[in-house]
Amino acid sequence: MSTPAIEILGLTKDYPIGFWPKRMRRSLDALTLEVEEGEIFGFLGPNGAGKTTTLKLLTGLIFPTSGTARVRGRFIDDIGMHREIGYLPEQPYFYDYLTARELLDYYARFSNYTSLERRERVNRLLERVGLAAAADIQLRKYSKGMLQRAGIAQAILHEPHVVFLDEPMSGLDPVGRYEVRDIILELKKQGRTVFFSTHILSDAEMLCDRVAVLAAGKLQGVGAPGEIVSLEVHAMDILFELRPGQDLPPGLARNITRLGARCRLEVPEAELYSALDQLRRSEARILSVTPVRPTLEEYFLRLVGSEQAVSHGVEVTLR
Amino acid sequence: MSTAPVPVALNTFREAVRDRVLYNLIFFALLMMGAAILVGQISIGIDRLVIINLGLSAISLIGLVMAIFIGVGLVSKEMEKRTLYSLLARPIRRWEFLLGKYAGLVLTLAVNTSFMTLGLAAALFSVGRPLVESDALILIAVYFILLELAVVTALALFFSCFTSPMLSTLFTLGTYITGCFASDIRAFGELTKNPTLKIITRVIYYLVPNFHNFNVIAAAAHSQRIPVSLVGYNTLYAALYIALLLVAASAVFSSRNLK
Repeated sequence: MSTPAIEILGLTKDYPIGFWPKRMRRSLDALTLEVEEGEIFGFLGPNGAGKTTTLKLLTGLIFPTSGTARVRGRFIDDIGMHREIGYLPEQPYFYDYLTARELLDYYARFSNYTSLERRERVNRLLERVGLAAAADIQLRKYSKGMLQRAGIAQAILHEPHVVFLDEPMSGLDPVGRYEVRDIILELKKQGRTVFFSTHILSDAEMLCDRVAVLAAGKLQGVGAPGEIVSLEVHAMDILFELRPGQDLPPGLARNITRLGARCRLEVPEAELYSALDQLRRSEARILSVTPVRPTLEEYFLRLVGSEQAVSHGVEVTLR
Repeated sequence: MSTAPVPVALNTFREAVRDRVLYNLIFFALLMMGAAILVGQISIGIDRLVIINLGLSAISLIGLVMAIFIGVGLVSKEMEKRTLYSLLARPIRRWEFLLGKYAGLVLTLAVNTSFMTLGLAAALFSVGRPLVESDALILIAVYFILLELAVVTALALFFSCFTSPMLSTLFTLGTYITGCFASDIRAFGELTKNPTLKIITRVIYYLVPNFHNFNVIAAAAHSQRIPVSLVGYNTLYAALYIALLLVAASAVFSSRNLK
């Protein structure tokens, strides 16, 4: 069995709060998780759930109270581990007196490239993230979206095996979000592992091989979005057409939604056959019968509680 | 040996240049020009003395202001602006980062001091005085000023690793002033009959860097001999003190959580 890309082994982080008396606040509670090589792994949770804390622990910016983690077999306190990773911090801020080209060149110097390699690599990356035209403008004149692109470029500049992205879609317009999604998928195609935190559930649903849900520092669940949402079928959706002049079946009328000539009926799974019998008796034309599964958003909201999710800024689609 | 501190140092220097830190040279140039013009009118035969005294004092003071105010922000600014995050996620150890930031500011101070020394030489030249052998003493004085600034920068960096920029400034300035009077403080302690005070003044004397030994401005202005042994002693003293401060700063910073 191959070594996992990321192994998190009981990571716990406490922060001191207050001055006197000093108390400890648990930000991350015994997180244990494995991410396989080549996976796109989504880390979901409301603000304050412990997502950024986890990423900072994995990148060595803060130190665990207990537990540890390995990235491609190297412990997080091993300097060699840093050669394996790329990191985009949340709301990245870079040296604003530099241009994007200078910034990337600066970071590339820590990977021991020759000046020619650096130049080629930087140009390629600037092109890839759509900053080629603004490459020689100082970062202080960049918009938030442009800074995010520069941040993504620096994270993947040295072709790391594991890429940590903290809210990579944050501050981007729809085109920017599409481009970042494209970059993430491209990284996967190249066999890299992408571990990203987000509170935009549709992005996670669209991109991730697996997701983990974190709330109040505790892991609530892990699984493939497809697995999670197919855990249960909580209703059946029947699409049908009535003949002209035909009435709705009386027992079902209040549950039916009219869509022009077509009608939609959602019934509990157990009542499917009885509903179909009634529709048949009414000589309705059945067009489709599909199971209704909870979306990732519904799964997420159920785990963390809808009130908590909304109050902590989780972006959900209202239906 | 890792080369990671090199790009950090060069970037720190570039930051200082782009933040127009070297604009202080304009102030220095104006000061030297003003001094050269005024001295020619108000003093007879002591123009060299006045210009060297004024020039070296200005070099020391301007350098000191830069070392303290930029020094305390070397790390704290990066932490506050979070520019540190994407850097420390790379294969660079924290002590390498600190060493790079330190070397970058010392490089800035060295460049700045070099230009000011050139300005001082130009001022001396403008009062119609040919260069003499004893002018080499000016270079020794400048070298000592640089050593002093390197120690002050290390102090500022050390304090900024565990306290706020404002407190770091106060601590660095306090240590500098105490260091300038270290010998006097010890002498005062020796005079007193209070044994506790004696111990305290002795501890202060050994703890704070003795900046008095770096000040040879008067000797350079009066063309008095500066012993060669002092050059060696000051170099060694500064190197040891800087090394101790950087090791201590690294130890503190390496265990710090970057929130």
